[in-house]
Amino acid sequence: MDNAKRQKQIRQLVINLTLFILVAIWTIPTLGIFVSSFRNRDDIASTGWWKILPHREWQPVREIIPADLGLNPDAPMEIEGVTGTFEEFRAGVETPDEKRITWIGNKRIGKIEVQEQVWAVSWNFTLDNYEQVLGGQDFEFTRPDGTVEIVPGDNMVGAFLNSLAVAIPSTVIPILIAAFAAYAFAWMDFQGRRWMFIMVVALLVVPLQIALVPILRDYKALQLNGTFLAIWLAHTGFGLALATYLLYNYISGLPRDILESAFIDGASHFTVFTRLILPLSVPALASFAIFQFLWVWNDYLVALIFLGGNPEFELVTQRMAAIVGSRGSEWHLLTAGAFVSMLLPLLVFFSLQRYFVRGLLAGSVKG
Amino acid sequence: MDILRSRKELDQSLGARLVSWIGRVLLAIGIPAIAFLVLYQGFLFLRDSDAPRGLIALVAIIWGVGGVAILYWIFNTLVERLPDVWRIRLLPFVFVGPAMAILAWYLAIPTLRTFWISLFDRNGPPDGLSFFQLLSSDSFVGLRNYVAVFTDDLMREAFRNNLMWIVFGSTFSVVFGLLIATLADRSSFEKLAKSLIFLPMAISFVGASIIWNFIYEFRPANQEQIGLLNAIIVGLGGTPEAFPQWVDIAPWNNLFLIVIVIWLQAGFAMVLFSAALKGIPEELLEAGRIDGATEIQIFFRIMIPYIQGTIISVWTTIIIFTLKIFDVVWVMTGGQFGTHVIATQFYRQSFTNSNSGFGSAIAIVLLIAVVPVMIYNLKQFREREVF
Repeated sequence: MDNAKRQKQIRQLVINLTLFILVAIWTIPTLGIFVSSFRNRDDIASTGWWKILPHREWQPVREIIPADLGLNPDAPMEIEGVTGTFEEFRAGVETPDEKRITWIGNKRIGKIEVQEQVWAVSWNFTLDNYEQVLGGQDFEFTRPDGTVEIVPGDNMVGAFLNSLAVAIPSTVIPILIAAFAAYAFAWMDFQGRRWMFIMVVALLVVPLQIALVPILRDYKALQLNGTFLAIWLAHTGFGLALATYLLYNYISGLPRDILESAFIDGASHFTVFTRLILPLSVPALASFAIFQFLWVWNDYLVALIFLGGNPEFELVTQRMAAIVGSRGSEWHLLTAGAFVSMLLPLLVFFSLQRYFVRGLLAGSVKG
Repeated sequence: MDILRSRKELDQSLGARLVSWIGRVLLAIGIPAIAFLVLYQGFLFLRDSDAPRGLIALVAIIWGVGGVAILYWIFNTLVERLPDVWRIRLLPFVFVGPAMAILAWYLAIPTLRTFWISLFDRNGPPDGLSFFQLLSSDSFVGLRNYVAVFTDDLMREAFRNNLMWIVFGSTFSVVFGLLIATLADRSSFEKLAKSLIFLPMAISFVGASIIWNFIYEFRPANQEQIGLLNAIIVGLGGTPEAFPQWVDIAPWNNLFLIVIVIWLQAGFAMVLFSAALKGIPEELLEAGRIDGATEIQIFFRIMIPYIQGTIISVWTTIIIFTLKIFDVVWVMTGGQFGTHVIATQFYRQSFTNSNSGFGSAIAIVLLIAVVPVMIYNLKQFREREVF
């Protein structure tokens, strides 16, 4: 009996450990940029972000000027009791007493450092990256050698506001239109009802790529390109099939007798819809809203095509993609910018996770 | 719903039906058209104003959302003042019309228009010609774009890569989703684990690309590696590589991009599987255990068959998703280094190359690829017999 209990404990341990490893693998990438976004520019560029953890590091304890020892760098030299060539000293030679001799710089005007291994943490945290990536003004940056470099800010605040101005109506408008349609499908009898609904179902999985070329032509004809209205309508069009389908599933499942008693009392469809159906459908509306919001906020393709020409209306995703394209190795900007772009989705996600999961289970998967 | 049924007893003379039909069409098109006009004017005004950006955004939001809501209200009020017969006939179209008109404009009709454009050369159908003149014009190339889609070298590369995306992306998302869901169900920190695995779903592809670019960051061998993967490889005595750009191992460098989608989608699969696994009756599992089945046998013989339906639908969803993958590739490599996929080719041809005929043909190929799923959905819908 004791053996069985032990086996069970071991199994539990294996399960927890495996899951822990998987969770760690899934979390470390995000953690990496989060930590890096607070490190200063030089640290990010020269050392891995994991150096914020305690680690062994060589630090100089003493400096020697090569000329003082009268060394000839072109031949093997003896420094502090160890011998080696110039190249070996450049890479660092360890002494028997756990020190390291390293030649810094070139043969003529270099110096020699005697280094010792110590425990260290790289904890120079800063908010400068955020300041630079958020603001629109130029940003002064002092290099370690004292020269001042002026870099333009990335104006993420502007992009953030644009993204909000795109995402909020692109979420609310399709929900409103879809809710009206879903109500009609569920509670009204009219000609062509079946065929219209078949159209909704058929359009659920149609890839939006199919619409981009013709819609762009329409927009050019209407001079709509590069306006908020263009992109709201596009997101409304692309999200509407799913919204109608999901809301229909929910609204058609509401108890019939509540509505019938309202009709007997002489309420109109519009009153029933606004006073009864909308409040009762809040869970379904919320779960679709979260989906659509995340989808629109995170969208890159639709924005690229319909807002692409106008830098003033650039969204967060476009801004980030532009930084990747032009300054892909400036990790202090990329990490801070990525985190700014993730802030709102993560907030929505954590505060409304329950609705999000419910929406997923109801089939909120966009075509 | 007796009020509604009475419609059938109403006089249905031809004239009345015609007028009613016209009324419906007018409503369906009229509401969105007027909404569009009102919003359009507002936007021209906003576009030309030089107020602070935040203020413009706020006004835009109120204008857009409020405008749509008020229009529904106005049209409803108008229709409700009509005589009963007309009110009952027209009211449903106030409700359902705008949605149908927008769906038609943005998805249904574009499928036909895109197909039509795909039959022409890079500039699309020329303006001002009649149907038959168009067919005999020089721009009309018939199915030649489709031949090009399947023979062009870059397109073949894109099809091959997309196949890799579909096979590896969907399979590993499902496998990891299932593994994590099963483990989490029995672990001591289920909620936390599920939240953390699910978290990448809130991150945009652009954000995810930056996160993973940072993991893959490459420094020459004599410098300190700041990318985690290369640091680990160097730590184990290997040589650092810029993995997604590593053409020597093409097409396998695509796997480094596919990992990103697995990272994003495993959480989605996990949530659905987790709910399905919790739906398995405890007696069923208990009966298996009493019969002496090991946990692994229970997993493969009872749990997997029980949630088969969920597995298939999750798998299909991720397949459709990976079929249209665009952002990750576009941001990570721009399609270089042998990483093009169908959607990046579509973008490149339609917008960078401005070859709308070729681009449209690619879009139609994407559409054809999802047709089986569409038919399946419609079949399911018919079986439910709610209509």
